Amino acid sequence: MTSIAKPQVRHPGLPKNALGYTKRDYEGAMSTLCAGCGHDSVTAALIQAFWELDLPPHRAAKMSGIGCSSKTTAYFMKQSHGFNSVHGRMPSVTSGASAANRGLTYIGISGDGDSLSIGMGQLCHAIRRNVRMLYVIENNGVYGLTKGQFSASADIGSTSKKGEANVQPPIDPALLALSLGATFVARSFSGDKTQLVPILKAGLVHDGFALIDVISPCVSFNDHEGSTKSYRFTREHEVEMTEVDFVPIRHEITTKDTDSAVTAVKMHDGTVMRFRKTHEGYDPTDREKAYLHVRECQGRGEVATGLLYIHRGGADMHKVAQTVDRPLAELPMSELCPGKGALDKLMDSYR
Amino acid sequence: MSGVNDFAFKMATVNGTGSASANSLLMQAIFRMGIPVAGKNIFPSNIQGLPTWYEVRVSAAGYMARPAEVDLIVALNTNTLAKDIKTVRAGGYVMYDSSWPIPEELKRDDVTFLGVPFGDLAASAFERDRDRTLLRNIIYTGALGALLSIDHDIISEMLKEKFAKKKSLLEANAKAIQMGWDYATAHFPCPLPFHLAPMDETKDKVIIDGNTACGLGAVFAGATVGAWYPITPSTSLMEAFKAFCEKYRVEPGTGLHKYCILQAEDELAAAGIAIGAGWAGARSFTNTSGPGISLMQEFLGLAYYTEIPAVFFDVQRTGPATGMPTRTQQADLMMLAYASHGDTKHLIVFPANPHECFELTVKAFDLAERFQTPVFVASDLDIGMNDWMVPRFQWDDGYVADRGKVLTDAELKALPKFSRYLDADGDGIAARTLPGGDPKGAYFVRGSGHDRHAAYTEDSDAYKDVVDRIKRKIDNAAAHVPAPVIIKTPGAEIGLVTIGGCDAAVREAMDILKAQGFHVDFMRIRGFPFAEGVHEFLNEHEVNFVIEQNRDAQLRSLLAIETGMPRDAMIAVLDYAGMPLTAQVVVNAVTAHFAGVEA
Repeated sequence: MTSIAKPQVRHPGLPKNALGYTKRDYEGAMSTLCAGCGHDSVTAALIQAFWELDLPPHRAAKMSGIGCSSKTTAYFMKQSHGFNSVHGRMPSVTSGASAANRGLTYIGISGDGDSLSIGMGQLCHAIRRNVRMLYVIENNGVYGLTKGQFSASADIGSTSKKGEANVQPPIDPALLALSLGATFVARSFSGDKTQLVPILKAGLVHDGFALIDVISPCVSFNDHEGSTKSYRFTREHEVEMTEVDFVPIRHEITTKDTDSAVTAVKMHDGTVMRFRKTHEGYDPTDREKAYLHVRECQGRGEVATGLLYIHRGGADMHKVAQTVDRPLAELPMSELCPGKGALDKLMDSYR
Repeated sequence: MSGVNDFAFKMATVNGTGSASANSLLMQAIFRMGIPVAGKNIFPSNIQGLPTWYEVRVSAAGYMARPAEVDLIVALNTNTLAKDIKTVRAGGYVMYDSSWPIPEELKRDDVTFLGVPFGDLAASAFERDRDRTLLRNIIYTGALGALLSIDHDIISEMLKEKFAKKKSLLEANAKAIQMGWDYATAHFPCPLPFHLAPMDETKDKVIIDGNTACGLGAVFAGATVGAWYPITPSTSLMEAFKAFCEKYRVEPGTGLHKYCILQAEDELAAAGIAIGAGWAGARSFTNTSGPGISLMQEFLGLAYYTEIPAVFFDVQRTGPATGMPTRTQQADLMMLAYASHGDTKHLIVFPANPHECFELTVKAFDLAERFQTPVFVASDLDIGMNDWMVPRFQWDDGYVADRGKVLTDAELKALPKFSRYLDADGDGIAARTLPGGDPKGAYFVRGSGHDRHAAYTEDSDAYKDVVDRIKRKIDNAAAHVPAPVIIKTPGAEIGLVTIGGCDAAVREAMDILKAQGFHVDFMRIRGFPFAEGVHEFLNEHEVNFVIEQNRDAQLRSLLAIETGMPRDAMIAVLDYAGMPLTAQVVVNAVTAHFAGVEA
């Protein structure tokens, strides 16, 4: 199957963002995923988030590995460069791209196979390196492209389409990220765009690695009775820890929050994110408690969603490497090559 | 061998005892006397307590290959004493620590034993155990100084340079040198029949190792992103890059870095980082050894097929598997040439010594960006980690980096449509764009089947269109990789074909063979795909010997595959047990062949 370009249809009445783009301008090629796939909803939420944030598409880079989820980078922002790399290795490619050009917004789309099995080492180390990027895991508990094998995020007892129960313990990317020192950890559901869009926006402007685990059901292989990654199961077992409200910079905040459950966090670009604790006693700025709460939910068979943890001001990869503010790829040779004089002098020290 | 300025000696010690600095002191002192000198460090894959050897060859004629035999050994490792004593040529010398008696059964009648009570001398002069261990090495340096007529002033000067900021160490070292010197003078007929006499043959030379040269080359080439995973024997390449960046690439005022070095979690990630950075427009590289290249295979295929530049340094070591990590070999040739699954072929440059490491590293970055593909710099442990005397590196400030076809926003705007994999100029190279530029240049990099517009395809013709063009592109690169070095003798019917660090030994062998009446030509391959002259050279000779350091004659196979020359028409000369090649191996192979032919 070849890729399918979306027909260009003019909709003069569509609202435009500050850059003069409509949401259509943030779309990509036609999706070739199954009808009803959770991933297509995530793509739609991403488009909404980019549009609302006035993100210039050509200043973003879409990064992915291999799998159904990784294909989706072709379905949004056709005006952006995209890099569909090898299975599980998107984090390293993004690290390198970011090292070369820190001026771009990196959007990584991955899946549970790509991130939690073949590429788990790369995910862990990108978190440790704190590469500034949005990292979305479209998590459905199965390998879709190879027709329904369990992935590492499948819960114990969750059954396959053929009725076989998974016996190996699941890897929860949110708990993993929390334990590795990630500075932004969230979980959402492809079927809950109201929750997902503000989280994506917050992740996009976070000053470090922002991991968002999105439960995104596979309609072909994992949406049946007995699956714990189905639409129905997720809806029935979702427990929201925090509700995120994202205020873009151009909107002046006029009302003062009087609700003690609301916390405002100023992001690095001046935008403000407010989150409301909807779960008794939950504090998304306390890593240890957050870990405990998410773990307890897991034990009860619940899916903890919302912004699970945030820490601002951590040192990202460039801060640690102490690189110059300008993208390294744009430095002229005259600034990089020491020249003949320096070499001649240096050679004297090898005598 | 064995005469004034023409001999070899070696030190047998235990690693982690500080002998390395004593040995480099000796080598450098000889170099400063203006005498050509080569050093080979034969060390274990270990930090402390295992045997290590350092071989020094002095050659007025300038032969830099490993010597076939040594005239003198400083045998200070009791564990290897028996074997070490056997390695000295008949008529040679064994210097040993006479603080303890040498077992009778190890004594040889055909060598002279020079006993120096190193242990007792060190114990009598120094208080601390560590000093006693370290300075024992400096004592033998002093003894050798007297036996070999090393210029005492030069040694004193070098100690002053080395310990300029540590006066107590300077005094201790000077004292140790003198102790050894005085002991040798008092007890042995100094100098020995083979010794040093000042020359003036090193003033345009430097002593440097290949990994340092590659790291320096990467700085001069403008590389800004380096990714790696520690592995012997390539680690010091990144250490050198870092040190030179700290010297030349720190922004005045802010102290910020015009480079980014990432120590990755493994070689797969290191390759991914290099490729990601190359895609985003930086000159990027990763340095590794054979095991790392094995892990990078998938990424190499991706970069080949998606046409992304990056430089990969392979400092080869002895394989297969973990092999012998601190021994040298040239056994990655086939793997590099066709790395990854599917149809691939990669550009490779083969430096022979640190001087070429510097030059060919710069060349590798130019080739990578011009041909938008991974380029290997195939070095090895001998080149990378040993100190070589080579001509001073040169730089032309008129150098213009070949950044290849990268479309600017203005060029993009002038195009009716941008197609990433369209061969607009007929040279097989399609223009690329960098992320962050005009949206018209946006495209989707994919390792899956793609057409000339970079769109996904499963269409046979569209797939073939792209892979056939890439083949043309790589074939065209043969005219741009470094040309072979060819040395011809009138009337020669014998060709000596070699690669990389075998250069020195094969050239020396050529001289020996000529003296024996053989007329030989020489060709050292420096690039892959092979330049046109390679096939021609093979055709011109009745007999071609292909000399390389691996078991399976990989260079010969590559020559057969790529030039069509029948494999068995070329005679393989193979030396692959982990040590640098000696001229003797080549001479023996050639003479044995003709002895057999005549018989």
